[in-house]
Amino acid sequence: MEDSKKQQLISIIQDFTATTGIYLADDVEKRIRELAEEETIPHAKTMYECMIKDIDLAKELHRPLCQDTGVLQYFVDVGTGFPYINELKEIITEGARKATLETPLRPNVVEPLGEHNTGDNVGYGAPYFEYDIIPNSSDLRVRLYMAGGGCSLPGRSKVLMPLEGVEGVKKFVYQTILDWGVNACPPLCIGIGLGTCAATSAMLSKKALLRPIGTHSEYPEVAALEKEIREGLDSLGIAPLGFGGSRTVLNVNIEAAAHHPATLGVGITTGCWATRRGDIIIHDDLSTEFVSHKRLEG
Amino acid sequence: MKKVLTTPISFDQIKDLKIGDTVYLTGTLATCRDSGHKRVVIDNRMPDRLDLKEGAIFHAGPIVGKDEKGKQYMVSVGPTTSRRMESAEAEFIEKTGIRLIIGKGGMMDKTAEACKKFGAIHCAFPGGCAVVAAQEVEEITDVEWMDFGMPEALWVMKVKEFGPLIVSIDTEGNNLFENNKKIYKERFDKLV
Ligand code: SF4
Repeated sequence: MEDSKKQQLISIIQDFTATTGIYLADDVEKRIRELAEEETIPHAKTMYECMIKDIDLAKELHRPLCQDTGVLQYFVDVGTGFPYINELKEIITEGARKATLETPLRPNVVEPLGEHNTGDNVGYGAPYFEYDIIPNSSDLRVRLYMAGGGCSLPGRSKVLMPLEGVEGVKKFVYQTILDWGVNACPPLCIGIGLGTCAATSAMLSKKALLRPIGTHSEYPEVAALEKEIREGLDSLGIAPLGFGGSRTVLNVNIEAAAHHPATLGVGITTGCWATRRGDIIIHDDLSTEFVSHKRLEG
Repeated sequence: MKKVLTTPISFDQIKDLKIGDTVYLTGTLATCRDSGHKRVVIDNRMPDRLDLKEGAIFHAGPIVGKDEKGKQYMVSVGPTTSRRMESAEAEFIEKTGIRLIIGKGGMMDKTAEACKKFGAIHCAFPGGCAVVAAQEVEEITDVEWMDFGMPEALWVMKVKEFGPLIVSIDTEGNNLFENNKKIYKERFDKLV
C-alpha cells in the first residue's frame, strides 16, 4: 500500500474517532434536545439544561463532552473490493492511538488483570474489532462505539426458558435497569438482543445499540415490543441521571434472531445520555460520508 | 442566591444542608477514585502534600491536557460512579476527616452512617457533564500518585463555584438516591 494513502486513511480514522468523542451523533443530540424540551419537572429540567450546556461547550472548545471516552470498539463492514484490507487493523489501531494522544481522549485501557495503564488506549484486544464481509462492495464502513465504564456496567445476558416468553424478557430488562440504570447516566439508549445463547444474545444487543434512534426492527412483533418496553421503562422515570423525571430512556432497539426452540437468550447493552457512536463510509478512492454526523458535513 | 461552600469546610457550613439542596464549591478539590481509596484505606497511606482534613474529594478520572506553555489543565472531568467506592468510603471519611464527597449517583448505608457520625456530606454532580466541570476548574495545582495513571491519580485543583452539586447524603444520614430507589421499586412492582 502506498504510504501517502496509508497516512490518509490513518488520519480519516483519527478525525472520525476524535469527532465521535466531541460531538454526539445527529440522532442522539436531537433526542436529548427533544426530551429536555418536553420535561416538565423543574429539577429534571435543570439537569437537562446542564447536559445541553455540556454539549454546546464541548463543541465550542473542541473537547470530549464526557471525560470517559471509553474503550474504543470498531465494527467494520469490509467490502470485498475495498483495496486496503491487508493493513486495515494496523491502520485503524494507529488512528485510534493518535486520536487518543492528540484530541486528547482519556487513556483508559489497562492490561488484563492488572492496573497498568497502557497510556494510549491500545493493548492486547484493544481497540476491540469486529468484522463483517460485504460482497460486491468496494466500500469500507466503520462504526465506532466508545464503551464508557458507567454505561457498560448494567450490561448482561441470560438464557431464559422458552416458557418464560416475552414476559420473562420484559422482566429481565426492567429489573436490570431498576438495579443498575441510575449510575449509567440516564436517559439511556437500550439495546436488546434475542437469540439462542448468552453470547449471541449479547452480541445482538450490541448491534441493536448501534442502530440509530428512530429505526425499528423489520419484524412488526419485535417493533411492537420495542415500543412496549420503551413505555414500560419510561414509567420508572429514573432519568435524568437518577434524580427522577418523566422518562428513563432515549430509545429501545431490539435485534432478534431465529433461535433454538428450547432456549430464549436475552442480552442487554446500555448506552448513556452521552452515547458516543460514529458511523462513516470510506470509498475506495478514500472519499468519505460521515453518516452519523451529517450536520457536520454541512 | 447560590449557596457556596469554601475549603476548609467547617461543620457549620454543611450542618443545615438537606438532601436535594443545590450547592457549589470554591477552594481546593482533589480527584480520588478506586485506587486512591484503596491506598488510603487498605494500604494505610496518606497523600504526601495534600491535606484532606475538612477538604473535598471528587470521584472522577479526568482527561488532562497541556497548554502551549506546557502547563497541565483540565480538558474534561465529570464524576464517576460513587457506589464503587462504597466499601471503602466510611473508613476513608474516618481516617481523613473529609467533609465533602462529590460523585455520580448515590452511596449506601455505610457511607450515610459515616456522614452522620463524622459530619460529612455526599453530593452528586450531573454525570457526563464533564466540560461544564472542567470550565469551573481554575487550575491544577498539584498531582500525587501518578503511578496509578491519568484516570486514577490524585489531581489537586483550585475550583470556583464548582457545581451544581446536589446533596445526596446529608449530615443526618438522609439518603436521596436510596429514597428515590424506593419510588422506582414501587413503580417497577406495578409494571411486572
Ligand atoms: S455513563 Fe456515559 S455520560 Fe456518564 S460518565 Fe460514563 S460515559 Fe460519561
